[in-house]
Amino acid sequence: MKLMTTLLAASALVALTAGAAQAKQLVYCSEASPAHFDPGPLTGGNDFDASSHTIYNRLVDFKPGTTEVIPSLAESWEISEDGLEYTFKLRPGVKFHTQSYFTPTRDLTAEDVVFSFERQMDEESPWFNYLEGMTWDYFQGMDMPKYIASMEAVDDLTFKLTLTEPNAPMLANLAMDFAAIVSKEYADQLEASGDLAAFSTQPVGTGPFQLVDYQLDTVIRYQAFADYWEGKQPIDDLIFAITTDASVRAQRLIAGECDIMPYPAPADLEALQADEDLTVVEGEGLNIGYISYNTTEAPFDNPEVRKALTMAIDKSAIIEAVYQGAGQDAKNLIPPTMWSYDDATAADEYNPEEAKRILEEAGVTDLTTDLWAIPVSRPYNPNGQRVAELIQADWAAVGVTANIVTYEWTEYRERGKQADRKGPFMIGWTGDNGDPDNFFATLFSCSAIGVSNYSSWCNDEFEAAIQAAKTTSDQEERIELYTTAQEIFKAEEPAITLAHSKVFMPMKKTVLNYTLSPLGTHSFRYVDVQE
Amino acid sequence: MLNFVLRRIALLIPTIIGISICAFAFVRVLPGDPILAMAGQHGVTPERYEVLREQFGYNLPIWQQYFNYLGSVLQGNFGNSLATKRPVITEFMTLFPATVELAFCALFFAVIIGIPAGIFAAIKRGSWFDQAAMGVALTGYSMPIFWWGLLLIIFFSGYLGWTPVSGRIALSFFLRPITGFMLIDTLLYGNWPAFVSALRHLILPAIVLGTIPLAVIARQTRSAMLEVLGEDYVRTAKAKGMSPRRVVNVHALRNALIPVITTIGLQIGLLLGGAILTETIFTWPGIGKWMIDSIFKRDYVVVQSGLLIIALIVMAVNLIVDLLYALINPRIRVK
Repeated sequence: MKLMTTLLAASALVALTAGAAQAKQLVYCSEASPAHFDPGPLTGGNDFDASSHTIYNRLVDFKPGTTEVIPSLAESWEISEDGLEYTFKLRPGVKFHTQSYFTPTRDLTAEDVVFSFERQMDEESPWFNYLEGMTWDYFQGMDMPKYIASMEAVDDLTFKLTLTEPNAPMLANLAMDFAAIVSKEYADQLEASGDLAAFSTQPVGTGPFQLVDYQLDTVIRYQAFADYWEGKQPIDDLIFAITTDASVRAQRLIAGECDIMPYPAPADLEALQADEDLTVVEGEGLNIGYISYNTTEAPFDNPEVRKALTMAIDKSAIIEAVYQGAGQDAKNLIPPTMWSYDDATAADEYNPEEAKRILEEAGVTDLTTDLWAIPVSRPYNPNGQRVAELIQADWAAVGVTANIVTYEWTEYRERGKQADRKGPFMIGWTGDNGDPDNFFATLFSCSAIGVSNYSSWCNDEFEAAIQAAKTTSDQEERIELYTTAQEIFKAEEPAITLAHSKVFMPMKKTVLNYTLSPLGTHSFRYVDVQE
Repeated sequence: MLNFVLRRIALLIPTIIGISICAFAFVRVLPGDPILAMAGQHGVTPERYEVLREQFGYNLPIWQQYFNYLGSVLQGNFGNSLATKRPVITEFMTLFPATVELAFCALFFAVIIGIPAGIFAAIKRGSWFDQAAMGVALTGYSMPIFWWGLLLIIFFSGYLGWTPVSGRIALSFFLRPITGFMLIDTLLYGNWPAFVSALRHLILPAIVLGTIPLAVIARQTRSAMLEVLGEDYVRTAKAKGMSPRRVVNVHALRNALIPVITTIGLQIGLLLGGAILTETIFTWPGIGKWMIDSIFKRDYVVVQSGLLIIALIVMAVNLIVDLLYALINPRIRVK
């Protein structure tokens, strides 16, 4: 009994001390541990949340809540007439973080920018492979080595990038996480001491927060950077409390152990929305869930057959049953929040009778096919198996037998890429940079066959439109070209565009100024907490 | 005795080799390609893929990969995590104290409730208490841990607000680890409120992890006690007019506890391995959660070496238990 009394008294003391904390603190219950803190070689959204959005900046940034590119470390830029030369004027007086392991002696210069990209490109540099087996996936994936002809620090505050050929999405690419600007001075210090690996665990950036401590798999602590170039953040301490289970995250939010959390489980949404102390912010995700026909395989090589099969699917029923209100019908490949979206495209019609008639006309009777179902829950498709089952039933009604196939996720994608794959393949995509090119060219260009063009679809007119759109930086012209691309896509139906999902972000009502990013990143810049 | 110890240790060598083969083979039958898993949604170029395969030795014949692995393990090198690039052994050492602390508390909970419950059930054999206790033990034994954990969180943390939902200590406390054992570290810092916070965070996970051992210990104590109570010497003691309490405490208990101690020793191994689910539910930063996360990330090196290290520790614990047992009970040595 005495022990109990002591414990109770002590708990009361804990409550008091917790309440008496002076620093403004925001606790984010994040969904996974970051691999480390160097955004260059990383790929996971949780890695970027913990590194590039807190500790670092890029030359340019996305305006919060949009995919519009705005100045960041570069105050302004000029693009030459031929689209080959990009000249960035850097913001003067940008400070790097001072840490126990590094004290900067100078502000940000163009040298840092050159180093940040060169280390991802120059295979001879000791930084190219400074962690065992690391890869620069995004830098390579965005084809940067192919496009970059040279990089130059013209003077301390001028950085010039020369391209091998015009590339309109380049500016948006530079706003991506892999393009975070790191400190060359710090890298030199580590190189001299021989401890290159520390670059990934003891980060130094120019960003709004600096790392204080990381306890493996438990908690990451940051403090607001007092000398941040935009001014100190409203909150003093930012804490990532790593909580992998979605239901536990929700319980922690309800119990007040965290202020904000990502990726709630659909089953918990109702309870979270009903809680009076919480707000559930929702927005459109920059994504698409789709099903690629193999356009080289009979009878899917006939656009009429593809269109008929799509027509046989009751998409609204799927969206209702699987996305449960967290998705919307996709009539185009790109989501409606993206510029150049063609709203004039007609939504897919559900008409099994007509579908059956067209199939018969095309001589397709007794068709048996494989139907590939994604094995994991993805933001763009929460339950691939269920989607496949519903499609199976819809197709059975028009006389098509679908056998559902699935594999482990990595193997699934590998098998899906094979040119002789049998049957339609369920997949999806989340945009990286808000540029339509990141959807059209990445997913359906001829050169993406065998990589990410799961339809093995190569259409000359479509290809001409998206390639032309890549080389011009005139936005109006690009919109026109992408509209054409969407029309061709609809007429040819290389894939069933299924749905765009919604994203939810539950938070305490005391959290102010949080902006949901359509790019799926979580940034706490400008966020305040009501006291 | 020395002979017994040496024999017992020699027996471990084939076991260790067997386990290393199993751990090595296990991650290779898991679906998925580690190199592809390292790359993101853009994948790697075929050239880079080959370079990486070579760098990690995945291009070698499987037996050669195994011997290379065994060779580096014997030199104390368990490899680097594919995701974080840090040495597996460093990560293990960082996270292991959390698992030990949790396992120890769970065992403590299981013992202080399980043994008295078992004794009492044996003495009152057939009574309502006996039936209730064994019913509860059976339920506890068959309870799905994940469901049980979430149930406790929702009721005690969500509904009543008595205990924290997850983690090891309230986030308002920022203590750099000294020993890695939160209860000890908070005391070393002299921070009493932090100690209480750490203790409160331990309650639910310790209960969840301790539930199965509790059931096992209670049942084992009960049956051992029943057996001893039927022995001649107990009957003699009773016949001599000794008080029932004294019969139980002095004569029966000592002998009945010998098999229970072995059971407890074996539970330690199970607790270390069995912490996987509990740690995942409570976001307890220990080796169980680390293993699960690594499986999801297809961090083969972590899974393979983690399994091996855990197995080695469990074997070491079992060895110690066996030796202690032999020390207490000389009959074992002769066999």
